[in-house]
Amino acid sequence: MIGRDLLGIEDLEREDIERILETANHMREIGEREVKKVPTLRGRTVVNLFFEASTRTRVSFEIAGKRLSADVINFSPAHSSLKKSESILDTARTLDAMDPDVVIVRHAVAGVPKRIADVLDAPVINAGDGAHEHPTQALLDLLTVQQEKGRIDGLTVTIVGDIVHSRVARSNIYGFRKMGAEVRVVAPPPMIPAAVETLGVKAFTSMREALDGADVVMALRIQNERLAGSYFPSIREYAATFGLDRAKLQFAKDDVIVMHPGPVNRGVELSHDLADHRPSVILDQVRNGVAIRMAVLYLFSGRRKAGRSERIQGSS
Amino acid sequence: MSQADVPTASGGRNPAGQPRSVLDDTGIRRALMRIAHEIVERNSDPENLYLVAIPNGGEPLARILARNLHEIVDVDVAVGVLDTTLYRDDLVTTGERPRLRRTEMPSAVDDRVVILVDDVVKTGRTIRAAMDALMDFGRPKVVQVVGLVDRGHRELPIKLDYVGKNVPTRTGETVHLRGADGCLDDRLEVVLLDAASGGTA
Repeated sequence: MIGRDLLGIEDLEREDIERILETANHMREIGEREVKKVPTLRGRTVVNLFFEASTRTRVSFEIAGKRLSADVINFSPAHSSLKKSESILDTARTLDAMDPDVVIVRHAVAGVPKRIADVLDAPVINAGDGAHEHPTQALLDLLTVQQEKGRIDGLTVTIVGDIVHSRVARSNIYGFRKMGAEVRVVAPPPMIPAAVETLGVKAFTSMREALDGADVVMALRIQNERLAGSYFPSIREYAATFGLDRAKLQFAKDDVIVMHPGPVNRGVELSHDLADHRPSVILDQVRNGVAIRMAVLYLFSGRRKAGRSERIQGSS
Repeated sequence: MSQADVPTASGGRNPAGQPRSVLDDTGIRRALMRIAHEIVERNSDPENLYLVAIPNGGEPLARILARNLHEIVDVDVAVGVLDTTLYRDDLVTTGERPRLRRTEMPSAVDDRVVILVDDVVKTGRTIRAAMDALMDFGRPKVVQVVGLVDRGHRELPIKLDYVGKNVPTRTGETVHLRGADGCLDDRLEVVLLDAASGGTA
């Protein structure tokens, strides 16, 4: 089970996802201790290779690595060699020659983590690539739902917002479908990908219908105000129609939970009141993010390509 | 434990592939009662005891010990569970990562007499890992170790304070506690498998 790299939820089997969630559940206990550190990855090096700005995800991986006692190096080539026109793959190869045990990659273009994984010895974890996937976000969302509901199988999950540009939506669609949930998407029509039904989801343009009987509602961030005008008339109108508030939640189940990958545009995707209070579980998502990333680092770090691992085994 | 479906052949020599019983349920319970008495004998303040089980095998043993201690001195001794996986020294760079187990430490270990409880002790590496893990939870006054079965083959300077039974074994053999997943009154048995039957201990 579980391949060398974590590039997307699409590549995982249900049992892989279950193993990661089970491991993360145990990792969570470490975060509740007074000494939040175990020696598991002592002497191992985790490289955060972020070509696209990100504070939350990078910090989450950094804390996860440090709680496992790894040395965590943050490398944001946007500010360094890429300015000297070094190619992405050259940057990756240079890093690889320093023998990291795992490389976390974020890039604005879909497929870059895969290209880097193809040339590296070290395993690669995708921390978000373009509109493709953001696997650790989906895993932490799955963990949060499992924790809140006690199960994932058989639940109805509604994802609201910019589906077409969202790697979070895509990874979550794969994840929740593989774990046996019904997934609905709802958005202004231009924000719903043409062939979204082929992913096994139901598409809606009415919030009322999409929220009817939902156990989980996930709001996506409106990434860019420039979308207003081409995808929907105005931010204000988007908020009125697709923004979540307590009135719209009446259509969902009584014990519905509200999720958001953050950061929230208050008053747009979520009402001010929902952004801070139950039934939203946004801070639990953040907390679970560290546990999921500890689990992923534990399970994937140190895996290498066949040739390399033979060398290591041969020398021991 | 994956050998639950292997048929039992109690006593006698060890025909190839057959598990041999080295300690039956009565023997285990008798040993745990004796050990409970020894614990009371060695520790003047039973209120300060804290039994910490190493999963999975140590858990039912620690709970039986707690019940025995309650019978002897009428004290409810705290019982914790401490997974040692993340403290192991053999998390090699390749291959499957071992599954994690539950850790549950219901009270602080500072200044307590902590008694680690494991089913089978061999190299001493698990006990070393458990001591490291324990220190992350605080500073116990004393740490003592119970091993239901001591196989020998120590690779670290670790000695047991309380032993159920010494069982001389060959390195290739595996020894494990059966029935450790159920409730307190399930039938327990320690069995030995030779190398050919491919156990995982």
